[in-house]
Amino acid sequence: MKYKLKVNGQTRTLEAPEDIPLLWALRDGLDLKGTKFGCGIAQCGACTVLIDGEARRSCITPVSSVSSSSITTIEGLSKDGSHPLQRAWEEIDVPQCGYCQAGQIMSAASLLAKTPNPTDGDIDAAMAGNLCRCATYLRIRRAIHRAAELGKTTASAATGSGK
Amino acid sequence: MSTELSRRTFLRATAIAGGGVLLSSFWEPLDAATGSKAQAAAPVLNAFIRIHPDGTVTIASKNPEIGQGVKTMLPMLIADELDVEWKQVRVEQVGFDPKKYENQWSGGSQAVPNNWLPMRQVGAGGRAMLVAAAARTWKVPESELTTSKGKVLHKKTGRSVPYGQLAAAAATVTPPDLSTVKLKDPSEFTIIGTPIPGVDNRSIVTGKPLFGIDVTVPGMKFATFLKCPVYGGKVKSANLEEIRRMPGVLKAFVVEGSTTSNEFGSGVAIVADGFWHAQTARKALQVTWDEGETAKQGTSVFDARAAALLKEPPQKSIRKDGDVKAALAKAAKVVTAEYSYPFLSHAQLEPQNCTAHFADGKLTVWAPTQTPEDGRELVAKVMGIQEDDITIHLTRSGGGFGRRLKNDYMAEVAWIAREAGVPVKLLWTREDDFAHDFYRPGGYHAFTAGLDASGKLTAFRDHFISFGTEKDFAPSAAMSDTEFPARFLPDLALDASVMPLGVPTGALRAPRSNALCFAFQSFLDEVAHAAGKDPLAFRRALLSMTPLPAAPPPPNRRPNTPPPTPFDPARMIGVLDLVAEKSGWGKKLPRGTGMGVAFYFSHRGHFAEVAQVTVSRKGELKIDKVWVAGDIGSVVINPSNAENQAQGAVLDGLSEALGQEMTFENGRAVQSNFHQYSLMRMPDSIPVELHFRKVDAPPTGLGEPALPPAVPALTNAIFAATGKRVRSLPLTKHDLSWS
Repeated sequence: MKYKLKVNGQTRTLEAPEDIPLLWALRDGLDLKGTKFGCGIAQCGACTVLIDGEARRSCITPVSSVSSSSITTIEGLSKDGSHPLQRAWEEIDVPQCGYCQAGQIMSAASLLAKTPNPTDGDIDAAMAGNLCRCATYLRIRRAIHRAAELGKTTASAATGSGK
Repeated sequence: MSTELSRRTFLRATAIAGGGVLLSSFWEPLDAATGSKAQAAAPVLNAFIRIHPDGTVTIASKNPEIGQGVKTMLPMLIADELDVEWKQVRVEQVGFDPKKYENQWSGGSQAVPNNWLPMRQVGAGGRAMLVAAAARTWKVPESELTTSKGKVLHKKTGRSVPYGQLAAAAATVTPPDLSTVKLKDPSEFTIIGTPIPGVDNRSIVTGKPLFGIDVTVPGMKFATFLKCPVYGGKVKSANLEEIRRMPGVLKAFVVEGSTTSNEFGSGVAIVADGFWHAQTARKALQVTWDEGETAKQGTSVFDARAAALLKEPPQKSIRKDGDVKAALAKAAKVVTAEYSYPFLSHAQLEPQNCTAHFADGKLTVWAPTQTPEDGRELVAKVMGIQEDDITIHLTRSGGGFGRRLKNDYMAEVAWIAREAGVPVKLLWTREDDFAHDFYRPGGYHAFTAGLDASGKLTAFRDHFISFGTEKDFAPSAAMSDTEFPARFLPDLALDASVMPLGVPTGALRAPRSNALCFAFQSFLDEVAHAAGKDPLAFRRALLSMTPLPAAPPPPNRRPNTPPPTPFDPARMIGVLDLVAEKSGWGKKLPRGTGMGVAFYFSHRGHFAEVAQVTVSRKGELKIDKVWVAGDIGSVVINPSNAENQAQGAVLDGLSEALGQEMTFENGRAVQSNFHQYSLMRMPDSIPVELHFRKVDAPPTGLGEPALPPAVPALTNAIFAATGKRVRSLPLTKHDLSWS
């Protein structure tokens, strides 16, 4: 099957099996390796992307269901790592192994887009679907608060525009 | 270090294109008998620094990065002694090359002790050559020159020159013997001891390809590999013809596997155009297995056998001091309890994967492994090829935790790539990962302790039920003869019995310690309460006894590593006192809230931890906080990563205790994915307050030693809060309600 996808502000075409999940279309079809495979059953959140601004698990999202949607992956969050979440993640030195962090950041992007000043409770609720096997949760929490601060002083705050 | 007897290490400089210099250290073997230069062996490169004319410095990082921060830490050691600013440094991951680099593996929290001196010597040697080059250029004595921030300075004349401009001249300087180069006094460190963010952070937060799973090779195809769900089982037959006709499938074949190594199992490989094609075909795959003997094993079989073994005399003695039977007979009070803990899976988040290309008799591998040297040996053996014909590129790993000490995925992809005749990326599913781990083994303990009338511990016995054969314990299923309180009591016996095990086991972060610490530090807590003593003061008193001498430690399995760090009760008392102070140990707490303490020595680190919990009458557990006091020597190399590692290790331990358990039925794993295997999530994460006690001892590693005490600190706190003693894990099996 041939698919057209709007990914990170660009229209991309790919040839893929009919039932392929978005995760594999992104990784193997479009060579966007930032979105990670962890479990395949929407339990770990490593594959989180934004679909029309909502955090979704790309490992169980059929590519056929998102052909009219706007998809943002970690590569599209900013051109150069300047999104407040990316800056905060670096400033707080969040990653250990780093494998889950793209998914964490995408879930956090969706949270900040709706809730620019989240409480700890908001963060718990929004981030509960993202596992970090290294348990960097304490720093993820700090980094989300920090990104919220940075977002206030940045014109292109909270959400990934894909531009 | 014993290696100093067999060789000397020098730096060598080579001019590189564009006016820079490459500094390589090399070994010059010495004749052991005479100390003179050995004739035969040629100098061997082992590490390098590149100084570029623009002032940037490229530093090679030689060890596998698995999330422990080694890719940042090793270059920090070199850069500080080279005396450059961190902002000048670019870090480059190099591949596996034992002709150039030593100790290229990640495990056991050993990167710091193994590299603390050698990497600093490389940096200091480079600095010495740049100073020599400046002295020659300016015609002044080297003694008048200093360095700072990547420049050589001549204070007398006010001159300074950046390293980049000295690179070409340094290339002609006679190389120094690295054992004689002057190292910085710790007060002069400018990078060591400062928080340095991970060098891959930008790539991680922008989604750049970094990990094994991200490797792309031209012409690469994708493989999936279905192994027998029963360990050691074999393929009898499979519907290969049908699979080969499925869309996108290029090859489907049986891999016989090895009869001698459990790192190369039997199964069916499917090679396809994409991972999804391979997965789709796999769903249609029908295999008949010869399941073999292990199909008779399972968790209920293990539990029943352990119960039977506990009623019989122990099969073997691990340690025997004095006469524990007589001492128990004389005791005013005897305390007995049985403890157990389950098998665990590593569950590192990046599923096992590896990429390989076999062409013209030579194999190239891109591997997220902790032990490339072991991997090369394994692959050479199963493939029947020479180690020299195998090239291994190292990728970042999405977690190690000991799982990637094993190289089964490397052997599998090597075989599949040769069979397929094209470059192949093998990717396991999460289900493959849970089904084919090298699990943390479970274990069982029957403890007996004797107290005298004053409440002093006088006798101690453990009958440990584990896995293995009469001769050997299964991997990571042993107990050493120094398990505390061994050596600290005159009458003590550590005994063991074993049962056979077909389920593969291996090292999980803080192997053995992560289990034994729970059992021993929980039982000691029980004994302290039985003695009517404060659990922290009781431990402190035990540590204050004069220990029996320790037997000489076994030789290190890996060559050229420093001798073991001995357990030092004074250092342990130091961290116990520190954690008592920081946690406010002993303060009055309301019913339902309690503090628990535990300590443990592992991986050269002395750690004491206190947990505070609140348990509702209904039994809902809330962990309020954990305080950690650690002693890893004189300096914490990278405080930012140190905090991250220690907090992560504590939460990892709590996560294991709270809900993790692997069970087995008919020789196969029951839990298949994260819906059945509970990892801690954001809402459950809790504050971890960390304090280091710095002592005059060489720095040691931090990937593991903060983990073990977290588990019994938690369970001991539950006892303090509820009066309920937790003698088995995970906690999901316990009703913690109280009234």
